Amino acid sequence: MTTQPILEIKDLVAGVEGREILKGISLTVNPGEVHAVMGPNGSGKSTLAAILAGREGYDIRSGTATFHGKDLLDLDPEVRAREGLFLAFQYPIEIPGVNSTYFLRAAVNEVRKHKGLPEFDAVDFLAVVKEKIKLLELDEALLKRPVNAGFSGGEKKRNEIFQMAMLEPSLAILDETDSGLDIDALRIVAEGINRLKSPTNAQLVITHYQRLLNYVVPDFVHVLMGGRIVRSGGRELALELEEKGYDWLAKLEAVAA
Amino acid sequence: MSTSLDTIESAVKQEYKYGFVSDLDADSIAPGLNEDVIRLISAKKNEPSFMLEWRLRSYRHWLTMTEPRWPKVSYPPIDYQSIIYYSAPKPKKVLNSLDEVDPELLRTFDKLGISLGEQKRLTGVAVDAVMDSVSVATTFKKDLAKHGVIFCSFTEAVRDHPELIEKYLGSVVPYTDNFFATLNSAVFSDGSFCYIPKGVRCPMELSTYFRINAANTGQFERTLIVAEPGSYVSYLEGCTAPMRDENQLHAAVVELVAMEDAQIKYSTVQNWYPGDKDGRGGIFNFVTKRGKCAGARSKISWTQVETGSAITWKYPSVLLQGDDSQGEFYSVALTNNCQQADTGTKMVHIGRNTRSTIVSKGISAGRGQNSYRGQVKILKGAVGARNFSQCDSLLIGDQCGAHTFPYIEAKNTTAQIEHEATTSKIGEDQIFYCNQRGISKQDAVNMIVNGFCKEVFRELPMEFAVEAQKLLGVSLEGSVG
Repeated sequence: MTTQPILEIKDLVAGVEGREILKGISLTVNPGEVHAVMGPNGSGKSTLAAILAGREGYDIRSGTATFHGKDLLDLDPEVRAREGLFLAFQYPIEIPGVNSTYFLRAAVNEVRKHKGLPEFDAVDFLAVVKEKIKLLELDEALLKRPVNAGFSGGEKKRNEIFQMAMLEPSLAILDETDSGLDIDALRIVAEGINRLKSPTNAQLVITHYQRLLNYVVPDFVHVLMGGRIVRSGGRELALELEEKGYDWLAKLEAVAA
Repeated sequence: MSTSLDTIESAVKQEYKYGFVSDLDADSIAPGLNEDVIRLISAKKNEPSFMLEWRLRSYRHWLTMTEPRWPKVSYPPIDYQSIIYYSAPKPKKVLNSLDEVDPELLRTFDKLGISLGEQKRLTGVAVDAVMDSVSVATTFKKDLAKHGVIFCSFTEAVRDHPELIEKYLGSVVPYTDNFFATLNSAVFSDGSFCYIPKGVRCPMELSTYFRINAANTGQFERTLIVAEPGSYVSYLEGCTAPMRDENQLHAAVVELVAMEDAQIKYSTVQNWYPGDKDGRGGIFNFVTKRGKCAGARSKISWTQVETGSAITWKYPSVLLQGDDSQGEFYSVALTNNCQQADTGTKMVHIGRNTRSTIVSKGISAGRGQNSYRGQVKILKGAVGARNFSQCDSLLIGDQCGAHTFPYIEAKNTTAQIEHEATTSKIGEDQIFYCNQRGISKQDAVNMIVNGFCKEVFRELPMEFAVEAQKLLGVSLEGSVG
C-alpha cells in the first residue's frame, strides 16, 4: 500500500520583484521522513520556506506544490496552517499586548475547528499546556507575557517548538531553528523535535550547519545552491559538506555545467 | 446590551416622553435661531424663569463668539440658521418585522452580539408585551427611590428639582466656556440628571441605553451628575449599535460634580454614524465634558471608546479642586475610512496633593486622522501634584495619520509629571506570524488592537468592555488587506 506524500514539489520556479530565486525545485516528503535542506547564504532556503508557508510578495512562475494531495499554492497561509503545515520562524515575531496563552489557544482552536474537533476552553487548554511545556523546559511564566515579548533568542526558538508541540502539524518546516542557539538550548530544541516525530508526520529542516543534524538525524539531505537542488543524499552528505564546505560542491557543479 | 444587565433604563424618562407627545402639538418650528426660538423651547418645556434667563444669556453671549477652527479636523462650514432647534418628539415609525429593516444594519447588530429582541427595539419593530420596558423600569425606579437616588431626564429635573439645577448648572462648564457649549446652553434639548445623596453607593450602574429608543433627544444634549459627599455612581453613556440621526451636529455638554470622598465613574461607548466610505453624511460629535472634584479625596474617571462619528472633538476633563482628589482619563479613539478625531483631556491641578492619570490609545486606519490633544495644568497653589500620561498610537495601513499635541503647564515646582508616548504599526510580519498559526488576517488585527487597548478596556464596566471589543472588531473590518 502506498501512502500519499505529505509534500510534493515539482519544478517550482519562483521569484520576487523580477528576480528569479528558485529555479526549478522538486522535492517529495513522505510521512515519517526527516529532510534536511542545506545551502550557503542566498541559495533560496528561506525563500522556499516562505513560499511553502504562503508569505505574500513572491510570485510563482511555474511548477506545483501539493500538500496531502491538495494544491498548496492556492491556499491562504492560515488555511495551510490549519491543514497541518507549521513553520518555525528563523526570527520569531513579537506581538506586544497579545497574551501568549491567549494567542496559542486561538491558534490551536482554529486548527481543531478546521479538523472538526471540539475547541478547548481555557481550563482544558491550560492542562495541555502544562503537560507539553515541560518537553521544552520552558518556564510557564513566559506564557503569561505577550507573544515572544522579552524572550531571549533561545527562548523564542524553544517557544516555536513548543507551539509546534501544541499544534501537532503533519509537516514542520524548521527555518534555521538552530541559529543563535547555545549548546544547551540546541539540545533541548532537538530533543523536542525528536519527541514530536511520528510515522505520520514529517520535518523539513532548513539549516546551514551540520550541528542540529547530529541530533535531528535526517533521512535525506538536499543541497540548495543558486536556487537549485544540486545534490541529494543521505545523512553522510551533510557530514561531507561539513568537512569539505559548500565550495567543494560548487566547483563540482561548475565542472559539470 | 443584554437585558440581564443590572442597569437601569431611564424609562422614567420614557414614560414622560410618551406623555410629552400626547400633550403637545406634534410639530417642528422652522429652521433658524433667534430669541423667539429660545423662548419657544423653554415654553414647550414649561421651564421656570431662571432657566429661560440662563438660555437667553447664553444665546446673547453666543452671538459675540466666533467658531473655533484650531483643531486638526476639517469640515464644511455649519449653517446655524438651517438647523431646526425644536421639534416635538415624533413617535418612531413602527415596522412590522425585522424583514423591513436594512439588512446591512441587521448584519452589524449580529456582529455586535445584539439579541433579536433588542434589535427589534432598536429599529422600531413592534415589541412584544413580554419585552415591555415600562414594567422593567418600574422595578428599577423603586430600587433607586429607596436609596434616594434621583435619575431622570434633564427636562424633568428642571421641573421637579429646580433648586438642584439652579445650583449646579453651569458650575463646571459655565455658559461662556466655548462656542459649542454656549450654543448648547441656549438651546439644549434634553439629557440626563443624576443626583446621589450623601453616603449612598448607587446600587446599580445607571445607563442611558434605553433612551435610544425614545424619541429624538436631539443634538444638544445636556447632562448633569451630582454626587454628594461619600457617594458613588457609575454611569454608562451610549451603546455599540450604530446610531443615525438626521441632525449632523451634536454638541452635548456633560457636567459632573463630586464632593468630598465621592466618586463618579463615567463610561462612554460611542458609535455614531461615521459617514460612508468617503466620509459623507457622518455625524459631528463636538462635546464639552468636564468634571469637578470639588471636595477633598473625590475622584472622577472618564472612560471612553469612540469608534463612530465623522468628526470627534472632545476633551473630557477634570478640575482637581479638592485636596487629594484624583482624575482619570482612559480613552480608545478609532478613526477609519475618512473619520477625523481631535480628542484628549485636560487635567487642571488646583488643590494640594492631587493626582491625574491619562491613558490614551489612538488607532488610525484607512485614511483616518487621529489627534490626541492633552493638557496638564498645574496651578501655582497645587502643591504635590502628580500626573502620569501615556498616549499610544497604532497605525494600520499607510494612508492614515496619528498626531499628538501634549501641553504641559506647571506653575508649582513640587509637581511631578510623566509623559510617555509610542507610535507603532501593525506589521505585516506580525500578521503573517498569526496567519502561519492558523489565525485569519482580520482576527489577527482584532487581537493586536485589543491587546493595544487592554489598559483602557480594563476600566470599563465588564459588559461594556465585551461590547467595546466587538465594536472595535466591527469598526476595523476591511482595514487590512
